[in-house]
Amino acid sequence: MYKIRQWSVTHSRKLDMVYRSFEPLLLRLHPLFKMLGYGRLEKPVRVMEKAIKGFMFDCQMCGKCALGSTGMSCPMNCPKSIRNGPCGGVRLDGNCEVKPEMRCVWVEAWRGSQQMRDSQAIHQVQIPVNNLLKGSSSWLRVVREEKATRESEVGR
Amino acid sequence: MMAPFEQSAGSPMPQLEGHSSTGRLERVLRAGHFVVTAELAPPDSALAQDVYERARMFDGYVDGMNATDGSGAHCHMSSVAMCALLTNVGYSPVLQISCRDKNRIAIQGDVLGAAAMGVSNILCLSGDGVQVGDHPEAKPVFDLDSMSLLETIRIMRDESRFLSGRPITSAPQVFLGAAENPSAPPIDFRPYRLAKKIAAGAQFIQTQYIFDIEQLREFMAKARDLGLLEQCFVIPGVGPLASARTALWIRNNVPGINIPDAIIKRLEGASDAKLEGRKICVELIQQIREIEGVSGVHVMAYRQEAAVGEIIQQSGVLAGRVPWYPGCDVQSSHA
Repeated sequence: MYKIRQWSVTHSRKLDMVYRSFEPLLLRLHPLFKMLGYGRLEKPVRVMEKAIKGFMFDCQMCGKCALGSTGMSCPMNCPKSIRNGPCGGVRLDGNCEVKPEMRCVWVEAWRGSQQMRDSQAIHQVQIPVNNLLKGSSSWLRVVREEKATRESEVGR
Repeated sequence: MMAPFEQSAGSPMPQLEGHSSTGRLERVLRAGHFVVTAELAPPDSALAQDVYERARMFDGYVDGMNATDGSGAHCHMSSVAMCALLTNVGYSPVLQISCRDKNRIAIQGDVLGAAAMGVSNILCLSGDGVQVGDHPEAKPVFDLDSMSLLETIRIMRDESRFLSGRPITSAPQVFLGAAENPSAPPIDFRPYRLAKKIAAGAQFIQTQYIFDIEQLREFMAKARDLGLLEQCFVIPGVGPLASARTALWIRNNVPGINIPDAIIKRLEGASDAKLEGRKICVELIQQIREIEGVSGVHVMAYRQEAAVGEIIQQSGVLAGRVPWYPGCDVQSSHA
C-alpha cells in the first residue's frame, strides 16, 4: 500500500536496524534450513516474505532485494524499474513522470537512504536484475550466499 | 575494388593514445576545444536522403550529432540505422540507446553492429516511459537502466566480453556518454549520480535542457568539488523556445525541464517571440561557456533545426573553428 510504503521510507533507519538484527538470526538458522532442505523451504519462506515485504514496501519479489541501499524504497515500483535512479524525468514537485500522482521512488530512496546507518550504499552501482531470480525468496538466497562465502573464507 | 565503407569519407582515423575511440568527438574534446553537438531528429520515413538533408543543416557548426532513439517514446527511424548512414559519409554521430525498447541481448548486438558500421560514440539512456509516446499500449522493456547499460558497454569494450561472460573477438571501440539533469529533483543527489555514472563508465555527459543557469553553476561547482570534471566532459543542453506558450507547455508537460518565470516573461514581452527565444538561447550558451569545467554545449532545437547554425555563430563559441563536414576537406584530400 502506498501510504505504508511511504511510512517505511520515513522509518528507514529503524527498519534497517530491525533487518540488521534479523539477518544474523536467519544465518544462525542455516543448519536447520539445510536439514529441512532449502528447496523445500523456498515456497513457505517465499510466501511469508512476499506477505511481509509486499505489505511494507509493495515488494515485487525481484529476488535481489536492494532495500538496504535504497532507503527502504523498492526500486521495482519505479514504472521504468530503474535500479540506479532517479531518471531525468522527475517532476519539479518530486513526483514520477509516468505516474504523476506518485512520489518518485528514487526521490524517496534518496530521502530514506540518508537516514540509514550505511548512507553511502546508494552510491553503489546496482547490476541489472537477474530475471531468473524473479519470484524467489531473497532472504533464503542471502543466507545461502553469505554462508557459502564464509565457508569458502574459512576453507582458504 | 574497395568495399564501399572503406572508400567512404567515414573510413576510420587512427586511434590516438589514451582515446577510447577513433571518433572525432572524442578528439575534439580531448584537444580541449569547446565542442558543439546537436540533436538530429530522425525522419518518419525509409529514405536515407531525409537523414542526410537533416544532417546537412548542421554542416560546419557541430562536432557531433545525436541520433535519437525513439525519443519521447515515439516511433521514428532507428538510431542505429541513422548512425550507419551518417558514418558512411564521414559524420561523427552519437548513437543513442534507450533501455525502453530492447533487452540486453538486443542492445549488445546493436552495439557491436553500430561499432562495425563506424559508430564511435554512444549515449546511454534509460528512456522515456511508453505512456508519453504514440504507442502507449506497447510493452516497456527496461531490462537495463542507463547505469547498467553504461557498465555493460564498458565491459564489452574494456574486457572484450558480453555481460554473460562470453568473449567478444573484436571489442567495440566507443566513447561512452550518458545524460544527467541538474534541474530535476532530488537536486542535491544529482552530482552524486553523475559520480555513479562515471563509475559505471561515462566519459561524457550531455544534460537535459538548461534554462536555470544558477542551478547548472551549483551542479558544476559540486561536480568540481567531487573531482568529477577531470574524469568526464560535461556538455550542457540548450535549445531555443518558440514562444511563451511553448515554454509554458514544456514546463507543464515535459517532466524534468525547469524554465524560470523570467524567461517566460521575456518571451511574452517580445514582439517576435521566436527571435527572442533564439536570442535567449545564444545568451544561455555564452553564460554556460563561462562556467568553469564546461566542455561544450548540446543544442536540441526541436523543429528549429535550421536555426542551429545561426545560434552557434551568434554565440561565438566556435571561435573561428569550423568543425569537419562532408566535403569541407575536398581540397586537402585531393592535394
